[in-house]
Amino acid sequence: MRKLTLAATALAGSVAGPALAADINVSVEIPRLSVAAYHRPYVAVWIERPDSTAVRTLAVWYEVSNVAEGKDWLKDMRTWWRRGGRSMTLPADGVSSATKAPGRHTVSIPGARLSSLPAGDYVMVVEAARELGGRETVRVPFRWGAANTARASGSSELGAVSVAVTR
Amino acid sequence: MKKSLALIAAVAALALPMSAQAHRAWLAPTATVLSGADAWVGFDAGMSNGVFIPDHAAMNLAGLVITAPDGSTAQAENMMRSRYRSTFDLHLTQPGTWKVANVSSGVTATYKLDGEEKRWRGQVAEFPGAIPAGATDVVATRTSNRIETFVTLGAPTDSVFTNPADGLALIPITHPNDLAAGEAATFKLSIDGAAASDVEVTIARGGTRYRDNPDEMTVTTGADGAFTVAWPEPGMYWLNATVRTPAEGATIAASAQYVAVMEVLP
Repeated sequence: MRKLTLAATALAGSVAGPALAADINVSVEIPRLSVAAYHRPYVAVWIERPDSTAVRTLAVWYEVSNVAEGKDWLKDMRTWWRRGGRSMTLPADGVSSATKAPGRHTVSIPGARLSSLPAGDYVMVVEAARELGGRETVRVPFRWGAANTARASGSSELGAVSVAVTR
Repeated sequence: MKKSLALIAAVAALALPMSAQAHRAWLAPTATVLSGADAWVGFDAGMSNGVFIPDHAAMNLAGLVITAPDGSTAQAENMMRSRYRSTFDLHLTQPGTWKVANVSSGVTATYKLDGEEKRWRGQVAEFPGAIPAGATDVVATRTSNRIETFVTLGAPTDSVFTNPADGLALIPITHPNDLAAGEAATFKLSIDGAAASDVEVTIARGGTRYRDNPDEMTVTTGADGAFTVAWPEPGMYWLNATVRTPAEGATIAASAQYVAVMEVLP
């Protein structure tokens, strides 16, 4: 397996450059909140360049099952909506899924899905917006092109967020 | 004499969406950035000293024109005129940016006939024919008022932005539904289709009841009609510009006003 991966990397390196075989794992903690009317937050996870331009949305957790109204509140993830969400068609395979309960959740993106991403510095952004609650954005700078890990933490609507680039 | 002038001003203020000494006119949406397959937005329209504070007069919406992203004209729903504001709803049934505008134009004139002071208001085409023979001291002004706002379902589009041949208009460089606090936005003003240079633009943020400082800003358009606003904080903003052109030869005086309401998000 490892050998195969390396071979693929070498092949890609000769064509497009960097890091084809690397994977990204994003761990997102949704905090348990003691509030009277708790609703699971809408959450978006996306990659930005350091200049805040969006590269790609990796995950959107929203009320997918509510076909009539579930998308009405996507705009409340204001930063994501403005930087890319509003131009997407949802639901999208491999991106959208239902809202998550409090706890740790992992978004795993196989390198093949990011094969067009040039090596360099990026920021993983996680934004959560909760009905009758607040909104929070956590930014985690990371490097694409070599194995590395990075972490940051939210203080209200999000807990720990970590990014691991593996290869 | 003094009394009659005051009366004229009062009548004018009631009749027009905006007039020279009138209160501020505003057409404010309940939301500007929306998601989903469709969405409803409400609008409040009034005239008052404090923008978005309905405490003076409801706006006459006879000139309401709603333009959908595909260029078609949409209808307002649930229209109601209450004491201090007019309200209506708009069903956004297609993605993109919608323009909601209350537009009026015409001529107002005063003249003397048989020693009596008269006032006339009508369409440009009716003037000067509608002024009776024998009238003296005719003072006429061509008026053009455009009060508008924009709302967007999904991604913003540019199809509703035009450069009309008549009056003051806004040509966005920055999309008016893509505004965020801490950023700057640039727009162009045009007058009768040409760049409106050296025009003062007043920018007022709503919510004055909850603070002591009006926090108004004034910027001036450049030679190309462009002006830039750095949004200090989130809120609903009122932008206003007025251009008065004195009478010259056979051309009567003109008064063009423009108002836009834009929402700046955090």
